[in-house]
Amino acid sequence: MLKKLWPYARPYRGWIALGVACSAAEAIFELLIPLVMSDIVDIGIATGDQDYILRKGVLMAVMAAVSLCFGLGAAACSATAGMGFGANLRTAEYDHIQEYAFSNIERFSTASLVTRLTNDVNNLQMTLMFSMRLLVRAPVMLVAALFLSIRISRQLSNVFLVALPLLVVAVALILTKASPRFRAMQEKTDALNLVVQEDLTGIRVVKSFVQEDHEREKFAKRNEDLKSNAERAFGMVVINMPIMMLIIYGTIIAVMWFGGQMVFAGTLEAGKLITFFTYITQIMMSLMMVSMIFMMLTRSVACANRIAEVLEETPAIGDGAAVPGSAVESGSIDFDHVWFKYDADSPEWILQDVDLHIRAGQTVGILGGTGSGKTTLVSLIPRLYEATEGTVRVGGRPVAAYTMEHLRDACSVVLQKNTLFSGTIRENLLWGDPNATEEQLWAACRAACADEFLERMPDGLDTDLGEGGVNVSGGQKQRLCIARAFLKQPKVLILDDSTSAVDTATDAKIRAAFANELKDTTKIIIAQRVTSICDADTILVMDGGRVVAQGTHDELMDQCEIYREVYRSQQEGASIGG
Amino acid sequence: MAEQKSLSRGPGPGGPGRHGYRKPKDLRGTLSKLMRYLGRYKALLGLVVVLLVVSSACTVGGSYLIKPLINDYILPGDFSGLARMLAFMAAVYVTGAVCSYSYARIMVHVSQNAVAKIRTDLFDRMQSLPLKFFDTHTHGELMSRYTNDIDTISEALNNSFASLISCSLNFVGTIAMMLVLSPVLTLITFGALAVMLVVVKVIGGRSRRYFAAQQAALGTVNGYIEEMIEGQKVIKVFNHEAAAKADFRERNEAYRQAATRAQAYGGAMMPAMGNLSYINYAITCCVGGILAIRSGDLGGLAAFLQYTRQVSQPITQISQQVNVILSAVAGAERVFEVMEAQPEIDEGSVRLVRVTEDHTGNLTEAAYDTGAWAWKRPDGTLTPLRGDVRFDHVVFGYDERKIVLHDISLFAKPGQKIAFVGSTGAGKTTITSLINRFYEIQSGTITYDGIDVRDIEKASLRRSLGVVLQDTHLFTGTVADNIRYGRLDATDEEVEAAARLAGADTFIRHLPHGYQTILSGDGGNLSQGERQLLNIARAACANPPVLILDEATSSIDTRTEKLIEKGMDRLMAGRTVFVIAHRLSTVRNAKAIMVLEQGRIIERGDHDDLIDQHGRYYQLYTGQAELA
Repeated sequence: MLKKLWPYARPYRGWIALGVACSAAEAIFELLIPLVMSDIVDIGIATGDQDYILRKGVLMAVMAAVSLCFGLGAAACSATAGMGFGANLRTAEYDHIQEYAFSNIERFSTASLVTRLTNDVNNLQMTLMFSMRLLVRAPVMLVAALFLSIRISRQLSNVFLVALPLLVVAVALILTKASPRFRAMQEKTDALNLVVQEDLTGIRVVKSFVQEDHEREKFAKRNEDLKSNAERAFGMVVINMPIMMLIIYGTIIAVMWFGGQMVFAGTLEAGKLITFFTYITQIMMSLMMVSMIFMMLTRSVACANRIAEVLEETPAIGDGAAVPGSAVESGSIDFDHVWFKYDADSPEWILQDVDLHIRAGQTVGILGGTGSGKTTLVSLIPRLYEATEGTVRVGGRPVAAYTMEHLRDACSVVLQKNTLFSGTIRENLLWGDPNATEEQLWAACRAACADEFLERMPDGLDTDLGEGGVNVSGGQKQRLCIARAFLKQPKVLILDDSTSAVDTATDAKIRAAFANELKDTTKIIIAQRVTSICDADTILVMDGGRVVAQGTHDELMDQCEIYREVYRSQQEGASIGG
Repeated sequence: MAEQKSLSRGPGPGGPGRHGYRKPKDLRGTLSKLMRYLGRYKALLGLVVVLLVVSSACTVGGSYLIKPLINDYILPGDFSGLARMLAFMAAVYVTGAVCSYSYARIMVHVSQNAVAKIRTDLFDRMQSLPLKFFDTHTHGELMSRYTNDIDTISEALNNSFASLISCSLNFVGTIAMMLVLSPVLTLITFGALAVMLVVVKVIGGRSRRYFAAQQAALGTVNGYIEEMIEGQKVIKVFNHEAAAKADFRERNEAYRQAATRAQAYGGAMMPAMGNLSYINYAITCCVGGILAIRSGDLGGLAAFLQYTRQVSQPITQISQQVNVILSAVAGAERVFEVMEAQPEIDEGSVRLVRVTEDHTGNLTEAAYDTGAWAWKRPDGTLTPLRGDVRFDHVVFGYDERKIVLHDISLFAKPGQKIAFVGSTGAGKTTITSLINRFYEIQSGTITYDGIDVRDIEKASLRRSLGVVLQDTHLFTGTVADNIRYGRLDATDEEVEAAARLAGADTFIRHLPHGYQTILSGDGGNLSQGERQLLNIARAACANPPVLILDEATSSIDTRTEKLIEKGMDRLMAGRTVFVIAHRLSTVRNAKAIMVLEQGRIIERGDHDDLIDQHGRYYQLYTGQAELA
């Protein structure tokens, strides 16, 4: 784990070393101060030497000041290293995700990727920062305090031989007892949240069937479960502190007893005795801190693992087979017996033996029910997914022969679930062509019929869309997405059900504009409405992952039962209502 | 999306804590509401206070014992006395530990019970809130009441309140003991404490500002990440990766800088306080040493030095605990906001009862399932449930200023089928939501068997209406549980009968455990069509006299679609049905078709009438107009 993430902390190794050194120095100075104090008691007071006491006092204050500097240094270094490490890690992760293919993204899901980039990284950067300070401080404190105690009195230090193992055993016992209880509590929390979540999403069902009381009962039961589990878990934790106190106080009393006798016998000075029990507290506290850090680290290991998963994921599609410099010369598309499934292990094929040949400049319509494989089929063209068997060719060459950049520049897709980004409309359109002139932008908007509403907006192209394009309606958004794709002047343009929220008249206008202005571009249109595709050069009818029929509207009306059915049902007005 | 908003909240000051700077609006009011939940445990809390005092006295007093221990026993060498004194000290410490364990354990009990009660109250209350409330609050927002907000309350009650008291007691006790030991030395400590307070104020104030900047930068980075990851596919399609990387770097770097500054400052607090305390220790040592030369009170000095180390601890702890409590109060405020939201109005007194009918047509209320229902008015008169629904000049808007339904009048006689047709946003779903009184109308009346729906008890009203929604919602549990959700006391036979009626029986029997198959994650393991069939079965199980149906638009595979159509048709037979229609066959055999546009009924009549009118319906039907 550490090995995988170390490269991102490596640039800060100087800061880390300096920070660790500062932490260690701070701890050591803190321990030396009580030692000076014992000199004041044993020499200064015993001999009545005021000057000596003052000198030692100043020495202590200076030591405290030095220790303060080290402490501030440690804080600064650890913050720099921790936050820098986080920034590096976040960049690496983010950059790597940019290389992902669609299948990689789907494997993780968007929400999970976001968490791995935000919460998980934040957790790790805080862990590094705190470890640099506490994880160093505690062991240094422990070792140094032990060393100094032994130097003061080896005999008295024997007390630790009993106390330390006792403490370790007690902490370990409590932790091992507590962690399964916390796991159980977490499970109960999840169960409770599930009830709330389902109640919220199904609130109409709950209210329609008057099952509020049933929901209340469900909740009350889980809540009771959670309560008793939480009480058990927290009840375990509160034992921790009193046990610690008992052990520490026990040690102090033992030191008093043995140390007191030594003081009387003259083998130990009184000041040293006082110093000794200052150390007891230090040693015990650092041990406790170590146990706390371990708890923090276990949580961080989970985060680190999740991040490593993202970094280790191999992008499913790469430019490995690309011939450098090859450009897409025409928009002809060939599928040679293409089979496809999303997961090699899944038994079901999404596409089965698709074999089709489209000439450059043709308009192709695709019709089929949900799950018939339409979207998958067109996704193979810009190589968003890789065909499992068979070859997809664009411009006569296999898609893998082009670099992704060339291929996707030539094949423009308007996705079914499309996104506009925060920023102005202009900024969004420029994604299609960063160098587009004002005229080109408006031409694209006219082709996509977006000009009519843009002209009505006070800021026109400079209208701010807000996050996720919230300031435009569904139909307007679709038209902007089409304009953005149009700006690329692609060889192949794919519209995946991208006019569903646009009325038929506008839909027809957009198609006409494409036919006129993108003559050489191969246009592939997936639609629910027969009217959207009936004038296409060729129409594919898909069912269960196969192309079951292909031909013009008239041919299909003659030959294809499914097509006839769909056509008839739509003509009859079965799609009445939205 | 809203649950992701919480991602933007990063680590708070002073550690990777979950407490940002969220200030409560009404501290006193919320605190007193919170205290009401603790009111039931007055006796226990009283005990906690006693234990706290004892435990503090033991902690503070224990250190004082160092003085006589050294002065009276160790230095003179009185070992039997030392043994006695140490035994006494042990007793004091054990008492302290036992007390502090006891109060902590009691607080866990009290707080977990109080928190459980808060959760129950919150959920119970939430169940009685109107749909409008759920429309205006996102699920994420409401979920975080149960998770984040209640968690912070639990943490504060578990720990912070007791800690706060204990820290204050310790602080006061320590100062008192210091004064007893040496008023002169205590002055030095006062000086040191004053310096510390200034440092806390200066560093604290500055670091609060830096933390605010850090949070803002974190919000920007997280927001950018969310947007880019959500739009990742578009980025790929447009080869926009390089630009996306460059933009990200800029924001990430800004956050790095802000975070480094904030954390460096925040991290300075601990060493500053710790070492200031050491400087105080050094000065005290000096002055105390010089004083001790004259008095010879070595034990007093040792005890005083012990106190010097202890006295500054409560200051940092108190400020930490106050932060925890403040954010708990802010959380509680949001929880109480939900609890205090206006519940659904339900002043209806007419109830739905089971009845038997004798040969003369007289109705008698029955305690068992008779299959016949009647409305029972408060005066005891019974009206048979028939399913006659009328809208009379109904005006409605989700927001009073924005009317979405204008002057709707319509009637459905028992057993009739009324179809609503129109584009998205025309108001079809809204009309059906008014029948079961999900929302309150602005003016006009809706009557059910001649009774104003506002006079009918809400539960009775809704029980008499079955609903099949387009969005299918299934609950975690078995298939049978989900069907039985329509009527909890349905027997297994009735559940299966309902499934058969819906046409769901066949696929259910093919599931690994049939009716006992566990569905999880909103029935994620079922196809859309199968979920729809269960939905129909659920309504069939409830067996209501009036049905509200929202036909599914999304095309499912043809075989399942046929099954669903058949199930729906069987369910509709013999009932009054309001249906938001997408299928031609449904529309065609409806008694009346209402064509809606922009919240008005623009045409009405049966299929043939409307075709003859050559109006909007005719256009829709012949495909001349499209709806978007």
